[in-house]
Amino acid sequence: MAADLIERFKIGLWRDNPGLVQLLGLCPLLAVTATFVNGLGLGIATLAVLVASNALVSATRRWIQPEIRIPIYVLIIASLVTCIELIFKAWFPELDRSLGVFIPLIVTNCAIVARAEIFASRNPIGSSILDGLVMGTGFALLLMAIGAVRELFGQGSLFARMDMLLGGEPMHGIVLAENGWLFLVLPPGAFFCLALAIAGKNAIDQRRQTSRNEIPRRARRLNR
Amino acid sequence: MEFQRREAPFLTPRVSVASLMLQVLAALVPAAMAHVWFFGPGFIFNLLVASVFAAGGEALILSLRSRKPETGLTDYSALVTAVLLTFAIPSLTPWWVTATGALFAVVVAKHLYGGLGFNIFNPAMVGYVVILIAFPADLNLWVAPRMGDLDYQTLTILQTMQFTLTGSLPDGIAFDAVSRATPLDVMKTGLHNLHTVAEIRSIPIMGDFGGRGWEWIGNFLAMGGLWLLIKKIIRWHIPAAVGMGLLVPATIMYMVDPSSYAPPGFHLFGGATILCAFFIATDPVSAATSPKGRLIYGLGIGIVIYCIRRWGSYADGVAFAVLLMNMAVPAIDYLTRPHIVGHDSRGEQDA
Repeated sequence: MAADLIERFKIGLWRDNPGLVQLLGLCPLLAVTATFVNGLGLGIATLAVLVASNALVSATRRWIQPEIRIPIYVLIIASLVTCIELIFKAWFPELDRSLGVFIPLIVTNCAIVARAEIFASRNPIGSSILDGLVMGTGFALLLMAIGAVRELFGQGSLFARMDMLLGGEPMHGIVLAENGWLFLVLPPGAFFCLALAIAGKNAIDQRRQTSRNEIPRRARRLNR
Repeated sequence: MEFQRREAPFLTPRVSVASLMLQVLAALVPAAMAHVWFFGPGFIFNLLVASVFAAGGEALILSLRSRKPETGLTDYSALVTAVLLTFAIPSLTPWWVTATGALFAVVVAKHLYGGLGFNIFNPAMVGYVVILIAFPADLNLWVAPRMGDLDYQTLTILQTMQFTLTGSLPDGIAFDAVSRATPLDVMKTGLHNLHTVAEIRSIPIMGDFGGRGWEWIGNFLAMGGLWLLIKKIIRWHIPAAVGMGLLVPATIMYMVDPSSYAPPGFHLFGGATILCAFFIATDPVSAATSPKGRLIYGLGIGIVIYCIRRWGSYADGVAFAVLLMNMAVPAIDYLTRPHIVGHDSRGEQDA
């Protein structure tokens, strides 16, 4: 059971990461990751919606007519996103203003519809919740990583304005430099960071693959 | 007796990439000297920084790709990229800005797309646009051209070097004392403030055609370009088409309203027009390849430059125009495939 759980997390965080491998939900990923706190905020919101929508879709999967399943998924997701949006407005008003339209736009995040269609509609509730959890965590971690890199090199700071999420006095985070490489804060920087992240993942996978293939070859050579 | 059977081509061209690049570099030498004369020794420091980082980036990425670094370094293409980038940036530029541009040009624009011969974008222009977007403030500091009036200071070699290394001027010298708005900037803001072209052109920095200093550098660039044409390193299509694309709209607009549209001579000699026409747009890798395609490609660049200069927010638009038309090259090449004998225009065999 524990090994199975670890395997599921490996799939969600690395092998089938929604952002890096499935390339789903790229619009919010590229648009809001200018800072770490924005990435974290949207990551948490998406994670919450994904877990809840997977649970609801899985619970109602026997009664949803396959012909009209997509509109029903969208209805479920939209009502959940409305809840999340109201929660953000109530408790994190500044973060809500900073993320702007991208909180309501979680409705159109194809990663969520894709998980409902691919996984939740044909698996039991527990497994679907777990799927939402691992996929949402994978997506959130990617958002945070890209947000951190862009903030660090683009503005010279890290974890700035965490007060939008934690409350309290405005925080400046760790300030390393006065200004940075403006390019990374602008939209092209998001594309470059995502491309480099995907290339890095592919390179690591490839290296692992070759090293896995090399060991038997060496063993064969020794046996000869 | 046995006949030796040979197949075409019977005369192989004795042109290597290295000799081509060296001749391009040679053609740029007079203009570089003029640049140093008018805008001070900063050009040389920028060139050193750009060359070191371009060559370093080339060597690094070649060894990462497990190729021999020598093969990439001895074709001098990285050096040409560095020189073109140096021509694009002001002579007072901090070294990290130049280094970023050179590294980005070679590593991302050239090698991540597959190396020399596979890059779809002109590397020098990608490097320039990246630093233009990343460090907008640093690329606005054009020093005043040496033109004999007294209201500006020239920097000594040591002061220039200090600026290149630290990014700040020596104490007691303000940016305003050494730098000037470029003629293109003066024209743009002047027109924006509803001055007439004649009024703007009476400002001394505007020179005879395209700005003091600038027009002379333009002359030397044109000389180098003509030499490349005579040596058949570049062909006439692209330079001619870039000129046409820029000058035809400029002439028409100037004839319609000479008080609010800059004259064509200003567009030809101002900014980077000539550098673009002979040296940047003619990059054999990222330009279109068929004769008709080259004409369309050049025309497109000229027209986009004119539009950006007249209606855009940047003063000059060479880099953006070249990159935009680079994107169009695959389509242009596809649509202008030359007619092959024995085939119809779509490339199908004749019945």
